[in-house]
Amino acid sequence: MSREKTWKEIALAGVCSKSSTGFMTGDWKTYQPIRDLEKCTKCLMCVLYCPEGAIKWMPEFGKVEFDYNFCKGCGICANECPTKAIKMELPESAEGE
Amino acid sequence: MTKTKIAKAAKVDANAKVDANAKVDANAKVDAKQEMMAFNGDEAVAYAVKQSDVDVVAAYPITPQTIIVEKYSEYVANGEVLTEFICTESEHSAMAACIAASATGARTFTASASAGLALMHEMLFVASGCRTPIVMAVANRALSAPLNINGDQSDSMAQRDAGWIHIYVENAQEAYDTILQAFRIAEHVDVQLPVIVGLDGFIVSHTLENVDVLLDDAVKAFVGERILPNVVTHEGKTVPFKLDPDNPMTMGPIALPNYYFEFKRQQEEAMKNALKVIQQVHDEYAKVTGRSYGNALIEAYKLDDAEIAVVCVGSAAGTAKDVVDELRSEGVKAGLLRLRTFRPFPADEVKNSLQNVKAVAVMDKSMSFGGNGGAVLHEVRHAMYDATARPLIVDYIYGLGGRDTNPKDIKKVFNDLHTIAHNNRIGKLVNYVGLRE
Repeated sequence: MSREKTWKEIALAGVCSKSSTGFMTGDWKTYQPIRDLEKCTKCLMCVLYCPEGAIKWMPEFGKVEFDYNFCKGCGICANECPTKAIKMELPESAEGE
Repeated sequence: MTKTKIAKAAKVDANAKVDANAKVDANAKVDAKQEMMAFNGDEAVAYAVKQSDVDVVAAYPITPQTIIVEKYSEYVANGEVLTEFICTESEHSAMAACIAASATGARTFTASASAGLALMHEMLFVASGCRTPIVMAVANRALSAPLNINGDQSDSMAQRDAGWIHIYVENAQEAYDTILQAFRIAEHVDVQLPVIVGLDGFIVSHTLENVDVLLDDAVKAFVGERILPNVVTHEGKTVPFKLDPDNPMTMGPIALPNYYFEFKRQQEEAMKNALKVIQQVHDEYAKVTGRSYGNALIEAYKLDDAEIAVVCVGSAAGTAKDVVDELRSEGVKAGLLRLRTFRPFPADEVKNSLQNVKAVAVMDKSMSFGGNGGAVLHEVRHAMYDATARPLIVDYIYGLGGRDTNPKDIKKVFNDLHTIAHNNRIGKLVNYVGLRE
């Protein structure tokens, strides 16, 4: 887990440590959706319900993929999943400054 | 320049009252030659800014500050300064322009008061958060409604939590001296915070006084060039903290709950550092000019053995000193504490100077409606909570909307204190000076 910096370590006045292209709106989330392929029936309810369009059906792979760069961690997909194949979990690396 | 200049040696008559508790020896040799000018407080501020090699002034006029930017725009028009003067459409825009200018590394000044300062409110937080060392003179004035253009301290007291350093002066001489010091304090690498220099509207801003000024070269040597601390940018380069196309950086962007708090803690640390820096700069200035104001944070006047004391901010201290002198001549052990620096609040100094006093009257030239006393009372009483011996402390709201506070009024406050000390209990916590009940 990458450690978040203390007030003594960060730059003055919010000067950014990364370029603006290095920040993703997906960094805003606290919990992220994790899917259980065993339980997923590919009903695509999560794709329809995602308010951010961050879940995509990938026909060539025959599965749904989460775009974590844009997922805000709202948990609607997990709530709507009829087979409870999606769980909201704290990500291992809590990066994002 | 129509002012009469009387060139004279630097060893200025040390005003006995002002220097009463000076840390610096007033008899020490002073190197800098000085001139005496006839200035009101606003003109003294404008002159100090003129000598400080300021790059950008963005301002919008408002009484009783008007003379400052009016005079300064004359300097610009006459080619006496190289400053970029930006006339904005409002104070909100004036402060926004100052923040942007200061972010590029420019030395920046503005002035405001009352409704103008209130309109800046949002941008004041941006200025302190972006760590832009802007210096702003505030000619303290009441706020509407009802409309009032006269002096009280409601305007800057209402901005006390905006992250700015607040220094209040007693007279035009101190206004001049403090503006010169303010650039050094604001721009110090350990501080990097904007500074408000408060001068009482009309009483200081419009009253003509003899003001001793340094020659331009001496000011240049004292104030110097703006120093920029280094920061590491997103490109990994360590560069001076300023907006520069060759070394791009982003200042004050969004910080989410995971980082915003840490930036605010940095500002608090800068405030703590400012307590020391304000004193260092003041002491250095005293060595150059022979003028000092207490220990820069507070000015204790005949307080060492005082049994009753008044605490005040700004020009009322001048009146109160006369009253203290009169009472002392009658054998009354009266004293005065003037808070020169209000942010950062010098809690330890206040505690140490008041803990042996029996009864203290805090003078508030603004109201905190429903706040059980004014802002100065809150701070002073809070500072005294941990004192070994706590004086009885009462609040006196005075001078709102320019209501005159004369020696008789302050003498009455001391009389009340005498009774409080004698009875060992306070009557009302919050009292009003010169109000028709």
